[in-house]
Amino acid sequence: MQKSMKRYFPIFVLPTLAAFTVAFLYPFIIGIYLSFTEFTTVKDASWVGISNYKKIFMDRNFINALIFTVKFTIVSVVSINTLGFLLAYVLTRGIKGTNLFRTVFFMPNLIGGIVLGYVWQLLLNGILARFGVTLSFSAKYGFWGLVILMNWQLIGYMMIIYIAGLQNVPGEMIEAARIDGATRFQILKQIMIPMVMPSFTICLFLTLTNSFKLFDQNLALTAGGPGRQTSMLALDIYSTFYGRVGWEGVGQAKATVFFLMVAVISLTQLTLTRRKEVEN
Amino acid sequence: MSRKGRNFETQQMEVGKTTGAILTAVLAVLSLTFLFPIILVLMNSFKSKLFISDAPFQLPKAGTYVGLTNYVEGIRKTGLFPAFGRSLFITVASVAVIILFTSMTAWFLTRVKSVFTNILYYVFVFAMIVPFQMVMFTMSKTANDLYLNSMYGLVLLYLGFGAGQAVFLFCGFVKAIPLEIEEAAMIDGCSPVQTYFHVVFPMLRPTAVTVAILNAMWIWNDYLLPSLILPQEKGTIPMVIQNLKGGYGSIDMGAMMAMLVLAIFPIIVFYLSCQKYIIKGVAAGAVKG
Repeated sequence: MQKSMKRYFPIFVLPTLAAFTVAFLYPFIIGIYLSFTEFTTVKDASWVGISNYKKIFMDRNFINALIFTVKFTIVSVVSINTLGFLLAYVLTRGIKGTNLFRTVFFMPNLIGGIVLGYVWQLLLNGILARFGVTLSFSAKYGFWGLVILMNWQLIGYMMIIYIAGLQNVPGEMIEAARIDGATRFQILKQIMIPMVMPSFTICLFLTLTNSFKLFDQNLALTAGGPGRQTSMLALDIYSTFYGRVGWEGVGQAKATVFFLMVAVISLTQLTLTRRKEVEN
Repeated sequence: MSRKGRNFETQQMEVGKTTGAILTAVLAVLSLTFLFPIILVLMNSFKSKLFISDAPFQLPKAGTYVGLTNYVEGIRKTGLFPAFGRSLFITVASVAVIILFTSMTAWFLTRVKSVFTNILYYVFVFAMIVPFQMVMFTMSKTANDLYLNSMYGLVLLYLGFGAGQAVFLFCGFVKAIPLEIEEAAMIDGCSPVQTYFHVVFPMLRPTAVTVAILNAMWIWNDYLLPSLILPQEKGTIPMVIQNLKGGYGSIDMGAMMAMLVLAIFPIIVFYLSCQKYIIKGVAAGAVKG
């Protein structure tokens, strides 16, 4: 079968591979090369070695964006996963209205980041107006605004994944534990959480990467203001490319560093949480 | 799955009646909190633009109610309806193309074992963890050189960007299909193309639904890629919303509220009409990376 199939490579693989090469593979490889050059239109690149990378770490905007992004990611990942799991746990207890609640909590996830950003801008500015300030008054407001927005958007998504995980816990196992006299909390801690580890792995991955790479919500809610204080990494890279002539090479170097960070963080997380998963 | 679900709910840790009622009440309040931002936008979309930023929590009343003015004004200003058409075309065409081509690729990569197909598979998986910013600049220049600055070009680019995750998901499923069925079809004289469309593709349907939902959610809401590829005046819905914010950060709040409502409305209708598939698809798409 393999032999007869091989000839069909152009039909089965080529269309995908061609699009993949144009959209991703070629730009990725050229991107790495360009991060070591100075250029404005890609074609006029001249080699400058690692000077772009040196510039990054002297760029206060980038350092600030990095710190902001890391803080934001930690707070978001912890809060979204805690609340998402809590909701999933409650919504698998067979209480009234479960389906309706599930529907409502998941809904924000379908609305795009740009639209969400402006929806929350209205609400948060409305609340802050009572204290005579706006979101762009202080980076603190922008930070917590983004955290709230992100929670609102992703809690329901994670809840769905945790529910799927919780429903896969075999009923007999819990029954057996209960007959042996385990309390509700013991069952949760000793059986459910270990059994739900695969869901935890994927939820952690999704929240971690989505928070770290956040762009649309950031652009719409604060646009980085005040000044550049609430610019996250993705937005900072964008502004470097399109807002600062002559800095395209630095932008590409920032993007490369950004890519390496995302890769290291997500691979480390996957290996660490995988190790905790139990066979089932 | 549904059997397991019932099993879980009936046998296990159900809560007592009083606790259940309290939890229902708490969750009802929480649900309202979740819906509140959207209701707030809806309410403000009927108010004069001068009364939105200052007092968003006030209901529209005689002096502030402006009927559909914001909607009329917003649609005129933004060209929301053509943008809706473009968003719809781009999303539907991209999802169709992604499902067709990546499932074919995944089948080939799983069935034909060689060093090359193996490497290709890992390159696709690798693409999943690369953030868009890494290729943003070089990709938009490449697209420009290849005359891809149109809706049709955008569909091709979405196939390229969506390929990583879609190939990965389809490969996971193809591995579980017994080889014998396909071999039987080939012995009966089917070519690989016939075998694929008559035998394999119908079996891939559950995964195809998952891939369709995940990609539709992403492409419909995507802002950055279309904004780099399409001309400003021929944008998608997220572009139109973002463009409402004029220079120096000034926004016509009335038009903004109305356009937000019109942007959210179709999503909610779509969600409520096929939420069963959406929720299932999202849960199924959450396989370990």
